[in-house]
Amino acid sequence: MEAEDEVLQVLEVCETVEEIKEVIITTIEEDSNTTNSPPVASCGLRTKPSQDDNWGETTTAVTGTSEHSLSQEDIVRITKDLEDSVGLDCRRYFTRTLAVILGLLVFLTPLAFLVLPHLLWPEKLQSCGTACEGLFISVAFKLLILLLAVWALFFRPARAGLPRVFVFRALLAVLVLLFVVSYWLFYGVRILDSQDENYQGIVQYAVSLVDALLFIHYLAIVLLELRQLQPCFSVCVTRSTDGETRHYNLGQLSIQRAALAIIEHYYCDFPVHNPALLSASKSRAAKHLAGLKVYNVDGEFPAAPAEGPGNNAAAGLAHSQSRAMIAAAARRRDTSHNELYYEEAEHERRVRKRKARLVVAVEEAFTHIKRMQEEEQKKAPGDVMDPREAAQAIFPSMARALQKYLRTTKQQHCHSMESIQQHLAFCITNNMTPKAFLESYLTPGPTLQYSRDHWLARQWTLISEASVTSGLKDGSIFLLKCVDFSLVVTSKKIPYIQMSEEYIDPKSHKFVLRLQSETSV
Amino acid sequence: MSFVPGQPVTAVVQRIEIQKLRQGNNLILGFSIGGGIDQDPGQNPFSEDKTDKGIYVTRITPGGPADVAGLMMGDKIMQVNGWDMTMVTHDKARKRLTKKNEDVVRLLVTRKSLEEAVKQSMGGFPRP
Repeated sequence: MEAEDEVLQVLEVCETVEEIKEVIITTIEEDSNTTNSPPVASCGLRTKPSQDDNWGETTTAVTGTSEHSLSQEDIVRITKDLEDSVGLDCRRYFTRTLAVILGLLVFLTPLAFLVLPHLLWPEKLQSCGTACEGLFISVAFKLLILLLAVWALFFRPARAGLPRVFVFRALLAVLVLLFVVSYWLFYGVRILDSQDENYQGIVQYAVSLVDALLFIHYLAIVLLELRQLQPCFSVCVTRSTDGETRHYNLGQLSIQRAALAIIEHYYCDFPVHNPALLSASKSRAAKHLAGLKVYNVDGEFPAAPAEGPGNNAAAGLAHSQSRAMIAAAARRRDTSHNELYYEEAEHERRVRKRKARLVVAVEEAFTHIKRMQEEEQKKAPGDVMDPREAAQAIFPSMARALQKYLRTTKQQHCHSMESIQQHLAFCITNNMTPKAFLESYLTPGPTLQYSRDHWLARQWTLISEASVTSGLKDGSIFLLKCVDFSLVVTSKKIPYIQMSEEYIDPKSHKFVLRLQSETSV
Repeated sequence: MSFVPGQPVTAVVQRIEIQKLRQGNNLILGFSIGGGIDQDPGQNPFSEDKTDKGIYVTRITPGGPADVAGLMMGDKIMQVNGWDMTMVTHDKARKRLTKKNEDVVRLLVTRKSLEEAVKQSMGGFPRP
């Protein structure tokens, strides 16, 4: 018990210090490599090649700066973040106010058409008969339906900030504006100027305006929502760092909207990006190149920016150097495949061993608590715990095994101790089995399952050769770059399918025996 | 040995006469037949054309009357005592061969080697 308490304490100490330290450590590394601080493992997303795996069990020392200082890079980063968020919000509010103004204009126009004659020339106006008053009811209900429809379609919380303007929405806004302006023009010239007495005609004019607005709303639904529902393209999304690939079917969308749809799928389908898993292949690649050095024995030094024939000589020299390196590398007896094979087998074995210990530890831990029944509630008011306390009570017995397993599978930066305890309390509350509790640690889940700093939702960049408001085409390729990785997206058109029909009469299913007798005579 | 439906069948045949042997109450010929228009022609191992539904000799008892008379395995039986055997059911073929009142059966059989032999002999004489 004491050793586990110690482990618990150490874990807690490191945990609280880690958040503040992350900022400082990166600047030390960036500024100078001369400080002798031991390479501390960063819990963030930037991992360094020499990572100390014992982050949970050793305390660390920070040299030079105090715990609350910021460096120049951090200030720049913070102001940039502020600018980004303020910039986007400015644009969002601008479009929102424009939309509200347009909406008010659209709603008040029919009412204005109906009310203005009463205000301006009430004596000349013919009285409104039954048919005309019936039209009032129709205008009222149509306006109500239009109000609800516009609220449902347009006033939803924005889910993304796209780089360029949404072309269809802009077109529809312009269309509505032109439409309303042309109605006002007609009204102004033919009715206000001439002070028309036929009030029923004016009411019918207002009704026709509302009808036309409903039809424009129908057009908006078709253009904005329905058109992209029918799948037209099959896109293949590959993550550049580890090759995870998924395929999705999308309809006819512009490139930026397709990118948005793909990012939303990314957050729920792709396992979380773990840069710690890529260090092995990088070290292998480094080893391939490290063994050879090229020496120039003939004495010609290729100057870097040489012009004319000198440049050609330098380029030729560089070519021959690289060719020599490739030839030498091919001839060298490379046993790295052997090392890879045995390393992977060893790693597999280690992971399975730790997993077995973890499963046993967790199952044992779960047997220490049980849900209290109703009758027992009156009997023992002493040792009753709520889920969080129960989780804290059984956590130490499995902490070590879990931490070792996470370290072996290089997932330790994805799960903080707080999150593990929260998850444990959640599982206990919902009567989940130990296997259900472990599932989120044994397999890497989608990105949203982890804490917010893994999401990187504000750092996506769309890189495309074609204009991002142009539509998706067969063979269009674009990149979605996040901080350390990018998603490469290629699209293919779903082929035109020609289906033909063949009719089978239900009575045509007949069978015969395959006879083959042999008779002796 | 293949046939075109509706056209007369031409084949080089050998005449074989088998004396039936009395064994107890039965008269036996000493071979087995397979095939027939009610059978599956695809499973016939001896036919060249797998749609041929004729009667074929599938087994010969060594030393039996058929063996003595010169019948060979794989022969296709075209006629038995003047009765056609190219379009009969299996049972009809059996009955024609095992008539109790007949002591001898005269078969017309055909096989591939007969055709080959005739072709070779004819090829030697150039036509005038």
